Amino acid sequence: MKIILNHKEETIDADTLTLAELIRLKKFTFRILVTKVNGRVVKAEDRDNIWIKDGDNVEVIHLISGG
Amino acid sequence: MKMDVSQQISKYLKKARVGIAGVGGLGSNAAVALARVGVGTLIVADFDVIEIGNLNRQYYFFHQVGLPKVMALKENIHQIDAQIRVVSHHVKLNQQNSILIFRDCDVLIEALDNAQMKQMFIETALSEWPYRPLIVGSGLAGWGKNEIIKVQQYDNLAICGDEMFEVSDSLPPLAPRVAVVANLQANAALEFLLKDFKFKNE
Repeated sequence: MKIILNHKEETIDADTLTLAELIRLKKFTFRILVTKVNGRVVKAEDRDNIWIKDGDNVEVIHLISGG
Repeated sequence: MKMDVSQQISKYLKKARVGIAGVGGLGSNAAVALARVGVGTLIVADFDVIEIGNLNRQYYFFHQVGLPKVMALKENIHQIDAQIRVVSHHVKLNQQNSILIFRDCDVLIEALDNAQMKQMFIETALSEWPYRPLIVGSGLAGWGKNEIIKVQQYDNLAICGDEMFEVSDSLPPLAPRVAVVANLQANAALEFLLKDFKFKNE
C-alpha cells in the first residue's frame, strides 16, 4: 500500500497494519512520539487498535524532553 | 494621539490569551517575551517551586527561591507591566485539569520538561482543540550549535528546538540556548496572534 508518512509518499509492503506495527517497522524509537492519522491525534495507548490503510496520511512527530 | 506600530500591536494583543504549560526555562522566558509585547492574558500552570539551580536559565531572582514558579512569574511580569492578567495555577498538569485550565486560550505553548508530561499534554491539546495553534519545545540542552535550532511548522503545530539534544548530566540546560528556544516559541505564538493585524497609519 501507499501512504503519506511524515509528508512524504511511502510504499509499505503490507495491505494493512496497525499504527504500532508501522512505528516498529520504521524503527521510530524516540522517547516521545506523537502520532496523527488523517489529521487526528492517536494517543500512544491506542496505537495497537488503529489500522493503517492505503492512502492514509500518517504523521509521527518526534520530540525531545527538556523545558 | 498617533500610535506607532508597537503601540498598535500592544493594543491589538490586549484581548489575546496565551496558555503556557510549564514555566521553567522555556515557559518563564516565553511568558516574559509575550508580556513585553502586550499579550493581555497569560494562563500559566506549573507545580514546581524555584530552586537555586533554576537561576542559570529561568526568569526568576535569588530572593524568589522557594516560591512557586507561577506566583513568582506573576510578580516578575507585573514589574514589567502591571496591566497584564496572569492567571496562575500551582498544580501538576494532567489530562483533566489541562482541559479546564487552558480551555479558553487562543494559542498554547508547551514548555514542560518531563517526557511523559509532554506526551500527555500534546496529545490532550491536539485531540481537545485540533485547530488551536500549539507550540512545542523540543531540544534545547547544552551550548553553541545555533545552526541546528529551528522551527518546523505543520498547520497549527509548531515545533521549536534542535530536535536532537536531550538534557542529561553532561548536557545541562543553560540560559542562552534555553532562551533562544523560548523566544522562538514566543515568536511563533506572536505570528499566530498577529495573523490578522493591520497597521493603521492615521
